[in-house]
Amino acid sequence: MSEADRRITDDLLRPLLSTSARFWVLVVFLGAIVATGLGTWVYQIYHGFGMTGIRWPIFWAFYVTNFVFWIGISHAGTLISAILRLVNARWRRPVTRCAEAITVFALMIGAMFPIIHLGRPWLFFWLVPYPNQRGIWPNFRSPLVWDFFAITAYLTGSVLFLFLPMIPDLALVRDRTTGWRHRCYGVFALGWRGTTTQWNRLEAAMEIMAIAILPVAVSVHTIVSFDFSMAPVPMWHSTIFGPYFVAGAIFSGIAALIIAMAFLRTFLHLEEYLHPVHFQNLGKLLLMMSLLWAYFVFAERLTVWYGNEPSEMAVFRVTQRGAFAPLYWTMVVCNFVIPFPILALKKTRTIAGCVVASACVLVGMWLERFLIIVPSLGHKYLPYSWGVYRPRPVEIIITISTFAAMSLLYVLFAKLVPIISVWELKVGSHPAHRPQTVEERDSEQALFVARTES
Amino acid sequence: MAHRWGMAVDLDRCTGCEACVTACRAENNIPTVGAAQAATGRAINWIRVERYWEGEFPDARLTFRPVLCQQCDAAPCEPVCPTYASHHTEEGLNAQVYNRCIGTRYCANACPYNVRFFNFFNPQWDKPLQLQLNPDVSVREVGVMEKCTFCVQRISAAETQARADGKPIKDGDLKTACAQSCPATALVFGDLDDPDSAVSRLSRSPRGSQLLGDLGTKPKITYLARQS
Repeated sequence: MSEADRRITDDLLRPLLSTSARFWVLVVFLGAIVATGLGTWVYQIYHGFGMTGIRWPIFWAFYVTNFVFWIGISHAGTLISAILRLVNARWRRPVTRCAEAITVFALMIGAMFPIIHLGRPWLFFWLVPYPNQRGIWPNFRSPLVWDFFAITAYLTGSVLFLFLPMIPDLALVRDRTTGWRHRCYGVFALGWRGTTTQWNRLEAAMEIMAIAILPVAVSVHTIVSFDFSMAPVPMWHSTIFGPYFVAGAIFSGIAALIIAMAFLRTFLHLEEYLHPVHFQNLGKLLLMMSLLWAYFVFAERLTVWYGNEPSEMAVFRVTQRGAFAPLYWTMVVCNFVIPFPILALKKTRTIAGCVVASACVLVGMWLERFLIIVPSLGHKYLPYSWGVYRPRPVEIIITISTFAAMSLLYVLFAKLVPIISVWELKVGSHPAHRPQTVEERDSEQALFVARTES
Repeated sequence: MAHRWGMAVDLDRCTGCEACVTACRAENNIPTVGAAQAATGRAINWIRVERYWEGEFPDARLTFRPVLCQQCDAAPCEPVCPTYASHHTEEGLNAQVYNRCIGTRYCANACPYNVRFFNFFNPQWDKPLQLQLNPDVSVREVGVMEKCTFCVQRISAAETQARADGKPIKDGDLKTACAQSCPATALVFGDLDDPDSAVSRLSRSPRGSQLLGDLGTKPKITYLARQS
């Protein structure tokens, strides 16, 4: 093993092998917030759903906003990392696992919300098609049942996609540890010995997964958008919703990834692995998605305004100029006005700049989902039945606690698994000695030869 | 003996007295949520009387529109329900199966008329209203949706009786609670499949129109109003 390899291994396994007091303080802090959130949910179930601010006729609000938001965040990972793997972007190596982990955890949190928001959450399994004595299936025409299938498929796929490239690293940790840790990592390393056959199978499996996960990811957020666009509700019933939601999901996903990477870089001292260039490149992707998002919003709003259909105009006016205008314009500022110049100028596309832009985007995208759901429900056709929604403490506490849950899961994951793929980084540092895909080897060797000759 | 139950609502006859609202509440065990909850949008009214002002004061004219479940033939609430709690019966009624409802509230969002209601808490009645609960109608627990059933308990009782007697149900014998209590007979209930029934004749009136009919929901309620 060369000196460089040894350093990579030592640096990346350090968080697993030594634990500071700061880690436990963080875990207890986040854990307390998550426990508060769970307690609040129990309180809501015990006292009745009326503890929320939901009212006639606004029957979906914070919880469904959170659902769409977290499923959107989940597009950070798998989609971005699959695209980067398929196009063989070399700068992806330290980024992919951070991204894939976000996907899995954001999906787990997002998938909780359809259950939290049920009137009778103890019967959530009626959404699942299982053989039962009554001979009743779920209603396959309902977009909520499509959601169930889409999310289950995506969660399964992204767990596999996260786990497969982790196997060689788990084996590495297995070999570096003793006692119960050795046994635990041994179980998850699935008997990995690093033989050529094993490498070939891993490469083949990852290639299949990278291709398979892309359509699944796109379909998931399209189906989430169908929850809205299938219902005859003003400004929901729109053909643009599928691509609009997918673009928004990738947008917020990249923002979440940039923030997670900045935290990892600082707290795990990964400055040598997560370079400014990684933030620059992700910043460019974020810039592109910001433009795409602005285009979709413009296209959606323009067609509604130009069409001038009365029921849609009621919703349009209340978001653009009425009660929801402050939130609406905050969204536009957060998703476009602030990130655009920061990310467009090379001078401000620094790590700090990218983090500021990403934080704005997360706020803006949460507001976007809220503004899609609530104004429309409050301003359906008959003006007699319009209504105003105000969130109540239970909804706010549960919303905050999910951010803590995401952080907690991420912190624990970074403690148990090398958050940067050790073997992929080593492959990157010397192409000739590591098993890899044929194209990758060829391109890297060509580069190597070109470099030594020049 | 298939029926297609429907209703005609004559807006020119409606005085806005809300007898229908009260009768519905008594017939269908609708909980009273209290003033505080009602103010925050938790009141349940299977039928409501909407008030509209026309013109400017002092030449203002007040009109009323009773709105209840339109029992749509192409109901937007039905396909979206993941558990078939909201479903179409063979007689074309939009049934709500309380035991099957898990409370996604998707049906209420999809309904353009906002005539579906959610039980935010377990039901309660101001004393002594709890003594007059209708034994033919189930009470609904926290977390389920409910809405106008066209007094399905009266429909099935009348159909059972008619089958036992071997005679068809006579037009006017079967009325929903709201239609029965309307002093101005603004609400007329009956079988739309019987061309001679009062409701069929009224539905064919040139004064008739359907509420938000252009959405394609095919409501079984016809509103009659003077054409301006």
